Amino acid sequence: MSAVETKPLLQRPGTRLAIRYAIAIVLTVIFVFPIYWLFMISFKTPAEIFAFPPKWYASKLQFGNYVGLFKDGDAVSVLNSLILAGTSTVIAMVLGTMAAYSLVRFKTGGENLAVWIISQRMVPPIAIIFPVFLLYVFFGWVDTYHGLIILYTAFNLPYVIWMMRGYIEDIPLELEESALVDGWTRWQVLWRVVFPMARTGLFATAVFTFVFAWNDFIFALVLTRTEVITYTVQVTHYFGGQSNFWAKIAAMSVLGTLPVFVAVAFMQRYLVRGISMGAVKG
Amino acid sequence: MSDLKITRLHKRYGLVPAVRGIDLDVPSGEFTVLVGPSGCGKSTLLRMIAGLEEISEGTIEIGGRVVNHVRPRDRDIAMVFQNYALYPYMNVFENIAFGLRARKTPQDEIQKRVKRAAEMLAITGLLDRLPRQLSGGQRQRVAIGRAIVRNAKLFLFDEPLSNLDAQLRDEMRSEIKRLHQELGTTMIYVTHDQIEAMTLADRIVLLKDGLIEQAGTPLDLYERPATRFVAGFLGSPKMNFIPADYVRDGSGAAVKFADGTALALPRGPEGNRPVVFGIRPQHFSRDPGSLSGQAARVRATVELLQPTGSRAFITFPLGGKPIMAELASHDVQGPGESLDLYMDIGRAVLIDPETGRVL
Ligand SMILES: Nc1ncnc2c1ncn2[C@@H]1O[C@H](COP(=O)(O)OP(=O)(O)OP(=O)(O)O)[C@@H](O)[C@H]1O
Ligand SMILES: [Mg+2]
Repeated sequence: MSAVETKPLLQRPGTRLAIRYAIAIVLTVIFVFPIYWLFMISFKTPAEIFAFPPKWYASKLQFGNYVGLFKDGDAVSVLNSLILAGTSTVIAMVLGTMAAYSLVRFKTGGENLAVWIISQRMVPPIAIIFPVFLLYVFFGWVDTYHGLIILYTAFNLPYVIWMMRGYIEDIPLELEESALVDGWTRWQVLWRVVFPMARTGLFATAVFTFVFAWNDFIFALVLTRTEVITYTVQVTHYFGGQSNFWAKIAAMSVLGTLPVFVAVAFMQRYLVRGISMGAVKG
Repeated sequence: MSDLKITRLHKRYGLVPAVRGIDLDVPSGEFTVLVGPSGCGKSTLLRMIAGLEEISEGTIEIGGRVVNHVRPRDRDIAMVFQNYALYPYMNVFENIAFGLRARKTPQDEIQKRVKRAAEMLAITGLLDRLPRQLSGGQRQRVAIGRAIVRNAKLFLFDEPLSNLDAQLRDEMRSEIKRLHQELGTTMIYVTHDQIEAMTLADRIVLLKDGLIEQAGTPLDLYERPATRFVAGFLGSPKMNFIPADYVRDGSGAAVKFADGTALALPRGPEGNRPVVFGIRPQHFSRDPGSLSGQAARVRATVELLQPTGSRAFITFPLGGKPIMAELASHDVQGPGESLDLYMDIGRAVLIDPETGRVL
């Protein structure tokens, strides 16, 4: 009898690996199941949705629920969310990176400005939604694209500035000085040296900025009416007093999840590095 | 015609002065080395010339034009940085071409110039690589390549070799010297390494505490140092310094050390006074005939022997101080040995102990 076989079952290497895998699989199933269920409902016919006992998978892939969303024009809300989150992310990234550059390289505002800026991020949206609403009524910005874009940009800017400040601080000054001596202007240096050097952080920050705007509910709920409804607000319309439109809820939720899935999938490489960089930097 | 003229230049960081009034004229084509201990203001001075640091007071002229408020890109200078400053996301070709692209140089001209620079620096085979795929020496070559393709009026180097190991440093030093001879461009080179300064420079500018301590050819500074600081900074091993009493009477000039040793000097100033007597290790010999001037004999008991191949450094006490002398290896056997040494007394320097100036 060899030594390995005399060991108790639980201490054998093969067994331990199997246990680890088993735990991992169970956890994954628990976490992925709701998403799976969401997808399945979105493909089911109304009869299947309410079938009892529940059907674990849609009998066939039918896109009726989605087609309905597009026919009623409800799907426009996803497009609205894309426009709002996308535009505000681009603007916040450009302005925020420039501001962060200025803070780092020109010491704009000294030590305190940066801290003040990030403190703005800590304001809970609900605390300012009422004054913002009055202001927007006054400006006639309620239910407009630019109204929400400006708000999302303003809310994301502190975060972008704070994150990009850390990434820019990590760029060796000599790289920029060398480019300046070589004949580039400050703006060109920003574009040709700072952006590529901070690329990882830039993408990671952009994903989080996008997701924040994408997930916003409270601002969109209060500041939109009929023209610029976002998907988060649209979904709430399906929860009725008497009944809930589960098929629509599921299909709309899938549509709303897809862009974030895509963004994270494409940016995964940058996200992991970007987040851990930020973590070390603090 | 001078390429660079600096007048009463000052730099203060807040209230702290880094450069405290420097006048400097660099003739066209000259290789000037700014040397001095850490923190003496070398980099600050160079960066002001490049336009990377604001000027607190004074003027800088490049090619006859005051550039105090001219942006770095419009000064027609090229600069090589200590950490190479290569862009990790561009290959070697693009790194070298980076400055040419800034100036909208036509593509075929870029090709031609990068190729020529790469040939000069023997890095033609590396043009497709990324900086992280290069060794330190190769990176340094690329950094120099970036500067030379630009055909700038003025080349600035800030300690370009300090990140390289000793052997590579020797190699790159000769390379830079050869480049200067080939290109004939005015170069200003910062280092704290006195050997680099001595071997590269047409002219050395020795800085201390933000001021020029002495400027001149390497030999000037080596043979006729103006101050104790200069005498001690240049030369390796360092010059020996011995406190002494200087006497001048009817029979001539002499110095007397604390241990009673007296040495007659071929010449000297008037009056009796305390001095610091300075003599380089190289100005000792076993053979009085090999010395260029008047020889003074001293008795040396070897305490320490450091052979370096053909030469050997010995340490022995003189005037209450450990003194170092450089001899031929076969002239000395080992510690404990007692020998007669001859000092080239004409090359000794007398220093005022209070002001540090050479008398
Ligand atoms: N940005 C700055 N802020 C404040 N003081 C500075 C700054 N840069 C340099 N100094 C000070 O100015 C003086 C000169 O610095 P500099 O970098 O020119 O020295 P250096 O001769 O290049 O030294 P090293 O050989 O160490 O590079 C130093 O005392 C330094 O502390
Ligand atoms: Mg320096």
